Amino acid sequence: MAEIRITYAAKTFGTYTALSDINLTVADQEFMVLLGASGCGKTTLLRIIAGLETASEGEVWIGGRRVDHLPPRERGIAMVFQNYAVFPHLTVFENIGFGLRMKKLPQAEVRERVERTAALMHIEGLLGRYSGELSGGQRQRVAVARALAMEPDVILMDEPLSNLDALLRLEMRAELKGVLAASRTTAIYVTHDQVEAMSLADRISVMHGGRIVQAAAPIEVYRNPAAEFVAGFIGNPPMNFLPATTAGAGVWTVAGVPMAGPTADRATLKFAIRPEDLRPADQGLQATAKVVEPLGAHLLVTCDVAGHLFRAVLDSDLVVRPGDVLTLAPLPERIRWFDPDTTLAIA
Amino acid sequence: MTAATPAGRPASDARRAGRLVYLAVVGLLCAWVLVPIYFLLVNTLSSPEAVNNFPKAFWPEFDLASLTFFAQFAGMLKALTNSVLVAALTMVMSILIGAPAGYALSRFDFPGKAAFRLLVMLTRAFPLPLLALPLAVMFIQTGLDDTIFGLALVHTTLALPFAVLITFSLFSGIPIELEESAWTLGCTRLSAFIKVVLPLILPGITASAIFAFVISWNEVFAAAVLTIENRTLTAFLLQNLDTSPLHLKFAGGFILVVPALVFIFAVRKYLFAMWGIANR
Repeated sequence: MAEIRITYAAKTFGTYTALSDINLTVADQEFMVLLGASGCGKTTLLRIIAGLETASEGEVWIGGRRVDHLPPRERGIAMVFQNYAVFPHLTVFENIGFGLRMKKLPQAEVRERVERTAALMHIEGLLGRYSGELSGGQRQRVAVARALAMEPDVILMDEPLSNLDALLRLEMRAELKGVLAASRTTAIYVTHDQVEAMSLADRISVMHGGRIVQAAAPIEVYRNPAAEFVAGFIGNPPMNFLPATTAGAGVWTVAGVPMAGPTADRATLKFAIRPEDLRPADQGLQATAKVVEPLGAHLLVTCDVAGHLFRAVLDSDLVVRPGDVLTLAPLPERIRWFDPDTTLAIA
Repeated sequence: MTAATPAGRPASDARRAGRLVYLAVVGLLCAWVLVPIYFLLVNTLSSPEAVNNFPKAFWPEFDLASLTFFAQFAGMLKALTNSVLVAALTMVMSILIGAPAGYALSRFDFPGKAAFRLLVMLTRAFPLPLLALPLAVMFIQTGLDDTIFGLALVHTTLALPFAVLITFSLFSGIPIELEESAWTLGCTRLSAFIKVVLPLILPGITASAIFAFVISWNEVFAAAVLTIENRTLTAFLLQNLDTSPLHLKFAGGFILVVPALVFIFAVRKYLFAMWGIANR
């Protein structure tokens, strides 16, 4: 059982608060991604789970045991670092077998596990080499193999793909997903890349300013962001926002167009819609096209709607020129509303 | 044609002149160091008669008479042994004390860290002649006077700033992630240090040790003041400077200079790294 539970954790470095009010549960064999911009506290949280940092407050439980007073080697974890941390003075075989030797496993089992994990990561031909003779992608595979060979309860990964070039990152992402699913280990993965998060996670915890803003499945985070920050961070291009003023019970005026919305005891709300949830129609928002980018798969049009920046992702067969005025209707079930003061979503 | 040519000439002339000055300075500095060593070599490998003659030869006779005389001179070999012992002890002590200090400075943040670094450097700021007499008095009182260990203590103090600095830069060159990785793979702090950090810094620690050895080997003043019977080679030669024959002095100088030269040359890469020059 390798469920992870963090309760009321906080971390301060002197006067700087890195984490506050963290409550997180990761189910057994779940792939949890901690997603956020640089400085949001995601790596600090991962290091607290690993035992490389101690939380200022709160508890960490792994597999039903309280571990926050235990050193990393007694927590049943294995970690993949952003810079791989492959030992330069040992061969690939010795690197992968390092943790197994520390556990004093018999030589035959060490060899079997090392060869099996190396085959899994497609590096069986490199076992005799030193890290200086490997490319970045190969070193990354060694780092992952070394963690997997430990057969840990939990595998922790700190932005393992961010130092790879774009194509390699794409390949490794798919490989990692397959390997980790097959190994049935609980995994926590830290990244700032929302595409990686969407593609790999069972659940995403979006972090901002040392707090977890939303923890939900990728499609849930995408369709129903809990806060403006999440809506703007996830999805490329990000969600569009327009101010809305009340026009009666459940009716709101958005850029001069009436829209059905929630009943709220407020004068203003924020209207949000994703660029790909807009369709050209007879009635809708009046958008003046400013920049048209034919991206091949679709057409990205940056427009002006009542003085606000507005983006639309439209069919690539459409012909739009800068200066054209488009009428765009949002798909009703995809419209989201946010409270302008708290930035939280309104159901 | 263009008018560029007359404008270009003064610039290239200036560049050529500058280059000549540069080469002259380099040549002068090399001569400053190499000529005395050359004379040392020539006269060491000449017979005692040739050394005392004038004019001097420019090419050595490869006569080992001076060196054999040197080896047989009363007290010479004992002094040589003392030098080796003191230097070896200095080497061991300065690494045993300096390396943990270098590790602490590179890995930990503690109150007084900046002051500590400054203090370590400042120990070199004291002129040894100022300290020598009080030290001699203290040594006599504690019974350390005229002992190998006593002199090695003083030499360790002289070598420590370098030991700390070199090991500090060595440990800073090892990413902390390597140790952290070892901690997640089952190592304690100590076993991670032994299995991961030590193999990587061993060449550098060796260089630091050799540097401490050379500092002790070359040291004259403290050795002369703090030892009477158990003189090191430097103190011995100083003592006999007026009375010893010329070829003895040359042979002694040769014995002193050459090992130090060889050692420093062998570890130059680490000294360059410490001083910030990249030399691959």
